[in-house]
Amino acid sequence: MWNQLQTAAYEGMLAEIITLKGHNGDAIHAYFARPLGSGPYPGVVLIPHMPGWDEFYREMARRFTQHGYAAICPDLNCRIGHGTPEDMAAMARGQGGVPDDQVVGDCEAAMRYLKALPFSNGKVGIIGTCSGGRQTYLVACRTQGFDAAVDCWGGRVVMAQQELTANQPVAPIDYTKDLSCPLLGLFGEDDQNPPPAQVQQHEEELKKHGKSYEFHMYPGAGHGFFYYDRPAYRQQQAMDGWQKVFTFFGRHLQS
Amino acid sequence: MCTGIVETAELSGSGKGAQGWFPVTQANVGFDHPSHVALDYAVLIDFVNPAQGPGARVAVELTAESARGLARAILTALEAGEAQNVLAPSSR
Repeated sequence: MWNQLQTAAYEGMLAEIITLKGHNGDAIHAYFARPLGSGPYPGVVLIPHMPGWDEFYREMARRFTQHGYAAICPDLNCRIGHGTPEDMAAMARGQGGVPDDQVVGDCEAAMRYLKALPFSNGKVGIIGTCSGGRQTYLVACRTQGFDAAVDCWGGRVVMAQQELTANQPVAPIDYTKDLSCPLLGLFGEDDQNPPPAQVQQHEEELKKHGKSYEFHMYPGAGHGFFYYDRPAYRQQQAMDGWQKVFTFFGRHLQS
Repeated sequence: MCTGIVETAELSGSGKGAQGWFPVTQANVGFDHPSHVALDYAVLIDFVNPAQGPGARVAVELTAESARGLARAILTALEAGEAQNVLAPSSR
């Protein structure tokens, strides 16, 4: 995967902010990156992590595009206002986070946007990290139309009754019977959220409902081991994780 | 938000942010991933004025231990104010 490009091959991309009709038809911004060419290309919806609609996620979108995917990352905090990613994430946090229903609606809209593109191959995956991992699972359970989902260390898939709020009223694990596509999960053994015991509980629920999934638990890694801008970054685990993401999406989205 | 932990307090006072002083009306206290301090989780305190937009914010990210120390220091300072009779009874 890494550095397997051909030096003689043409490569180009377009990356820009677009306006998307999200949940309830609300206009929201999205970062959209696509290869320059006629395709057909598979698509990927990216759900940002707790630090918000930030530079890391824009780079991540361009990384998918470099590998032949149309990638879209909706600004889930768009309705709250605009500022730096940090300020917007703080504002969303102060409001108890964005409502789950709204996230599901925004991501479903992003999936439909990708599928309607003239250069789409008709397949779309979804990926998210941290809170975006939890939301990825939620979206994959509550919508139809995604062809593969990747949950990277999503905490609070398992939620105690006292953790439920008006914005997050149902624990995602309770939707497991409705999971609509194959699932890849990447986790760190030293993570506190989700701890390995919760990952195991999630896995048992997937088995119980006969779902297609593969989980990988990395020793020597905690939460957020892809984040090269944070001390949590783990080079070996991150590179292996990216390999697994591209292999998984390649299997389910490129055929 | 990853942990979902956030407590909100109504405030009355001022804070100095990137654009200077502004009226602070609320504090959001979370325990979640920080943006700057080199920790997986930290106590995140945002002194904000939502009516003035997302930029009206004074942010701190603290270790759990130092956040407890801060909470104690605030209470200790208030007690000292009471002892010196500079804290009006109505403020107690």
